[in-house]
Order: sequence, then structure tokens, then C-alpha cells
Amino acid sequence: MAEMVLSGDEAVAQAALDAGLSGGFAYPGTPSTEIMEYLQEHLGDKRAGAGDADGSAETGSVLEVRTAPRVAQWCANEKTAYESALGVSFAGKRAMVSMKHVGLNVAMDPFTNSALVRIHGGLVVVVADDPGMHSSQDEQDSRLLADFARVPCFEPSDQQEAYDMTRLAFDYSEEHEVPVLVRLTTRLAHARALVTMAPARDVPARGKCTDPYSWILMPEMARRRWLALLDKQPIFRADAEAASRLVLGSKELGVITCGLARAYYKENEDEWARAHGGERPSHLHIGRYPVGAEKIRALVAHVKRVLVIEEGYPYIERDLRGIFGTPVPVAGKMTGEIPLAGELSADSVRLALGLQAREGSAVAGIEVPGRPPQFCQGCPHADSITALKKALEGEAEFFTASDIGCYTLSALPPWNAVESCVDMGASVGMARGAASVGQKHAIGVIGDSTFYHSGMTNLIDAVRYRTPMTLLILDNGTTGMTGAQPTISGTSQLPKLLEGLGVEKEHIRVLEAHKRALDTNVAAIREEIAYDGVSVIVMVRECIEWLKKARKS
Amino acid sequence: MTCDIILCGVGGQGGLSVSVVIARAAMASGFLVKQSEIHGMSQRGGQVLANLRISDKEIFSPTIPKGKADIIFAFEPLEALRYLSWLSVERGTVVAATTPIRNIPSYPDIESVLAEIRKLPRARLIDADSLAKQAGNVRSANLVLVGAAADLLPVPPEAIEKEIVALFSRKGEAVVQANLKAFEYGRSIQHG
Repeated sequence: MAEMVLSGDEAVAQAALDAGLSGGFAYPGTPSTEIMEYLQEHLGDKRAGAGDADGSAETGSVLEVRTAPRVAQWCANEKTAYESALGVSFAGKRAMVSMKHVGLNVAMDPFTNSALVRIHGGLVVVVADDPGMHSSQDEQDSRLLADFARVPCFEPSDQQEAYDMTRLAFDYSEEHEVPVLVRLTTRLAHARALVTMAPARDVPARGKCTDPYSWILMPEMARRRWLALLDKQPIFRADAEAASRLVLGSKELGVITCGLARAYYKENEDEWARAHGGERPSHLHIGRYPVGAEKIRALVAHVKRVLVIEEGYPYIERDLRGIFGTPVPVAGKMTGEIPLAGELSADSVRLALGLQAREGSAVAGIEVPGRPPQFCQGCPHADSITALKKALEGEAEFFTASDIGCYTLSALPPWNAVESCVDMGASVGMARGAASVGQKHAIGVIGDSTFYHSGMTNLIDAVRYRTPMTLLILDNGTTGMTGAQPTISGTSQLPKLLEGLGVEKEHIRVLEAHKRALDTNVAAIREEIAYDGVSVIVMVRECIEWLKKARKS
Repeated sequence: MTCDIILCGVGGQGGLSVSVVIARAAMASGFLVKQSEIHGMSQRGGQVLANLRISDKEIFSPTIPKGKADIIFAFEPLEALRYLSWLSVERGTVVAATTPIRNIPSYPDIESVLAEIRKLPRARLIDADSLAKQAGNVRSANLVLVGAAADLLPVPPEAIEKEIVALFSRKGEAVVQANLKAFEYGRSIQHG
């Protein structure tokens, strides 16, 4: 059996390749980015199976249209990525779409509706949650969204399970004709451990789906499909139940874990046993959803009290408590033994188990200031933001709405240049909305990748109503924050695109995002924010990180 | 046997790759290994942190519990102080580079930072930049630090050297030699 050291992300990607993946699609987002990076790098590897490969990153131009037996492609956003994966499934081949947790919000429409169609080629949806918000704007829990869509959810507890469960998810998806969501969390996605791989397999193409109406969600057919999905729920539940692992031990305490919580619990288990006469707590580990009830009942019948440890929301815990109370006391996130916010750790789980906090070395006698992330040396965004700040000097009224990307760092000192950051594309819509009710000098600040992702449609609204606003597109040709992946369209295409969306040609300004052009840039920004209509300023210069990466390769 | 190692520094220092060197050497020596790091936003000039756990039995948590770290490798001195509550009181050693990266306005007086590190029962302050320069590549400072703690690692130095060669061979012989030398310079430091 082949063994490799893999991160959770890499284990998922390797499993997909070994399972005979035909199409992988994604938009970059921490902590999921490395899944696609790994796919692109290893698509053509021998052990991955037969077929030519098309790693788009390697073809030189992302605009090149290619077809191949196997593809792994960055897409404009998570929704387009998801829909490409759906097409692969319809065509009878195996597909995977990967994203970060908030990406699933963007792909929510295809996700929930794809639960109703007759999935043909296996479709696996990998969503990497970011509890603790290491690099995200919220810590939503994708298990609840799988529940919402009524699709099965697999939650690995280590890298080996990330591999095994992803492979299983393809088979399960085909067997039950439903998408399967694989949920990762940051520490699993980004931690590495040894993984044993099963032999790679080829998947014979089955041809496209020929079951009439099974992919046509018009009300009449959708009602039938919905009933079919509801009919599958008891099977999903029974299979999840069978996969969960119950070990009855001490009657004092029953512990329920899922995902990475298992690791944090196991880290402390020995010590709990030493403190309780050598007996270990009774333990139920749940790796799949929807959660079955039988083993939970068996656990609760055996113990005096229960502790539920989950990474994310108190999801199992909420189910467990219901509204009529429990036969034994239940501790967890809802009662505060486990913190409701942030990620779990061996330390927080230790306290919840009633063990003494471990002492570390004395903290320093001087204050250790935080070191927040900041613009790289020579970053073009710094020059763009300097120009924007200067152009707004002396303006009594303005609103600078920003977006998701490296440039959001301009919200921090010493810049303090932007006033909002909510979701992908929101800068354009928020500037437009504010301007439409009279906010003077409403300015959106967005990166090129984010603009293609979700900014364009907002700009169409602005053009339609001739809303007086200015949009700064910081075009560095890359998705920088996630490690410089290529954007979906090129710099040379952007002015044409803006014109096509209806922005007046004389109010599309393309400037060089550089110190040496500061005066020109300030003057241009001033002119455009004074314009009583839609204007777009494209600030162009390559990302420093991208340049470094390009030089290396 | 377990050896829990924290590696910390500032985004862009490129320091965390030495975690891979130690991890591979440990695996080649028959140990189990778990490595954890955070990517994304913090990479941009912010504080960066990696956890490396080496053991001869199954490792559970990907991150090191408080008070359990055997070694803190700090590629920047202030960063060492940030993680002291993870350092084992009984056996933990801080191995820190002395050159500050002052990319924040409130960076404390460097002498008081170094004094705090010296106060610890087991601390090794290393002028890694100078030694790396002498070795021929300033970017190999992190391997000077690894060398300076080679006696604390559960793997033989030869195993680490082998992984240095493997990791840097793509970059040419000069880089390989500079990194090997940096590791050796670190090893040759006498600790009082």
C-alpha cells in the first residue's frame, strides 16, 4: 500500500484522483485552496489513472478553451464551479467542487437544487469551514447547510479519513444519486499526517443521464424528485448510524465527538482515565450525517452525564437536547463548558472534561504587541490606496466600501482607508445602494478576481440606474490572499468587459498602480468621483507575490 | 517519546519550510509525525505559527496543548514571547534568532525582548543572520537555528542533512551547500 504525508486538503484531492475524478472545479478560498492546487499539480500523475490531463494553470493562458478526459480548473466563483461539476455528473463522469465555507453561500442555489436531481456521475462537494476565522469573515458550520439541502455529509476526523471518506463519497453519491458534502475544518485541511492510499481506479464512462425529467426541476417533476429525496433520508440516517463508533466504558461520563473534536478528546482521554480509576469515558464518535439516534440512546442509557464536543455550531448537541429535556445532564457549547465561539483545542476540551488547566512557562514581563498582517513590500494595493486617500483629502462626505481580498487590509492603521467589508462583491452593491439614496462620493474598492466573482452583476445595476458612484478595481491579475492563483480573465480584457456592461468609455480609466504615477492617479480619481454617473478606475500592476511565484517556476 | 515543537516567525520569512525538514527526518527515523500550520491572511507580514509533533505512538491533536512544547523555534525574537504559555515548564527550550523584524510601530525595545528570553531557564539566543551569511546564504538562517537545537531533536543530524539535500537539490548545489553549512554552524555553537 502506498503511503504519503498529506494535508487534509491534499488527502481529499488525492482521493478524488484515485476515485477516477473527471472534473474538479473551485474558486480559491482559505482553507480549501490547496485542494485544487494539488489536483492541478497531480492530474497527470501515473497513479491517478488513465487519460490526458489538463491542468489549466500549466497551459499558460487561462482563457484557452480546452477539453480533456480530466480537468481541474479554477472558475469565476463557487456557483459557476458547482454548475460545471453538475454538468460533469450529468455527462456520467465523476465530479468534485471544492470551496471554503462562505463559498457554499454563493453556490447555495445549485447546491440545494442539485439534491433533487438524479445525480449520475458521482458528485462530491468539499467545503472547508474556518472555525476561529483564521482567514474568513464568519465561522458558519456547513453541516447545517447539508442538513438544509437534505444531502449526506461526511466529516473526517483526520487525514486518513479525509482520504477514505472522499473515496467513499463518490461511490455513495452514485449509489444514492445524490451529492455528498465532505466537511473539513481549518486544522484538518492544513495539518499533515501519513496517509495510506488504496489503489487508484478508473471509472468507466457511463454516458449521459437518460432518465427523462430527472434533471428538469419544473414544479411537477420537482415535487416527485423532492419526495424521492425525502424517501432516501432514512437510508442516509441508517448508514450514518452504522458508521458511527460507540465504545461503552465508564458510567460516569459519555463523550460524543465528531470531526477533529475526536483528536482533542483523545489527547486528554488517558489523563481522564488516570483520574477516574483507570476507566475511560464511554465514547461515541459520529462521522456522518444525518445523525442516527440508536447509538446516542445506547450511550445515554449507560452514563450519568454526557459531554458533546463539536467543531463549529452545537449541531448534534441541539438535536440531542430537543425541547423536552434530556434523561441525563448534557454539557457542551450551549451550556458553556465548551466555548461557543472560536475553534476547539486540546486545552478547551481538557477543561470541559474537568481536568486541570496545564501551566505553561510564565508569560513575558513585557507586553507583546500583536503583529497584524499587512501589505507586502512593494504591493501595488498600497500605491492605489495612497492615491485614493489623497484624492479624498478635504472631502467632507464620502463612503468607501471595500471587499474581500488583500486590499481589505487598508481598513487597518496606518491606512484606515475603507469602511466596509462584508462579502464577495458587496463593495459595488453597497456603494451603489448608498449613492442611490444620496450618499455623496460613494466609492467601491474591489480586486479584479472579486470583481469577476461577484462584482459584475452589481455594476450592471449601477449602469441601469446611472447611479453616481465610482468603482476602483485593483487589478493585480491574481487572487492574492490565497497565494496568487490566476484570475479568470486577463487585464487586457477588463476595459472591454466594462464597456460591454454599459459603463461609458470615457469613464473607464486605466491607471498604473505605482508610486511614480501618484499625482496622475490622484487627479484621475478626483475627476471620476466628481462625475455624476458610473465611473470605473482600473488600477493595474501585478501582485508581488504572483511575481515571486512566477519567477520560482 | 514525544517531541512537540513550535515554529514561529513573521510572514514572508519563509521559515516554516524547516518544519518539513525536521518532519521528514523524523519519519525517516521511524517516528510518527503531525504538522499543522495556518495559511492565508496571516502570511502577509503577520505572525506565523507552525506546530510539529513527533512521537513513537499515535498523535492526536494537530496542535500542541499549552505547557507541552519541548522546543520553540523563533525565527524572530519577539515571536518567541508570544508562545511562552505553550512552553513546557519542566523541559522546554526556546531557540530564538536575535534579529528583530520591526514592521509594527509598537515594537518593544529589543534589549528588553532579549532579556525576557534570557530569563527563561533554557534559552538559546542565536545570531542566526550572521552565521547564515557566513554560510553563504542569508535565507538559511532558519537552519542555523535548527542546528543550534540539533541535540534536543530526537533524530540524528545525518537524517536532517539528508532532508536538507532533498529539499534544496532543485535549487542547485550552492544552495544545498549553504544550507548544510548553516545547519553545521548552528550545531557548532556551544551552549552555556
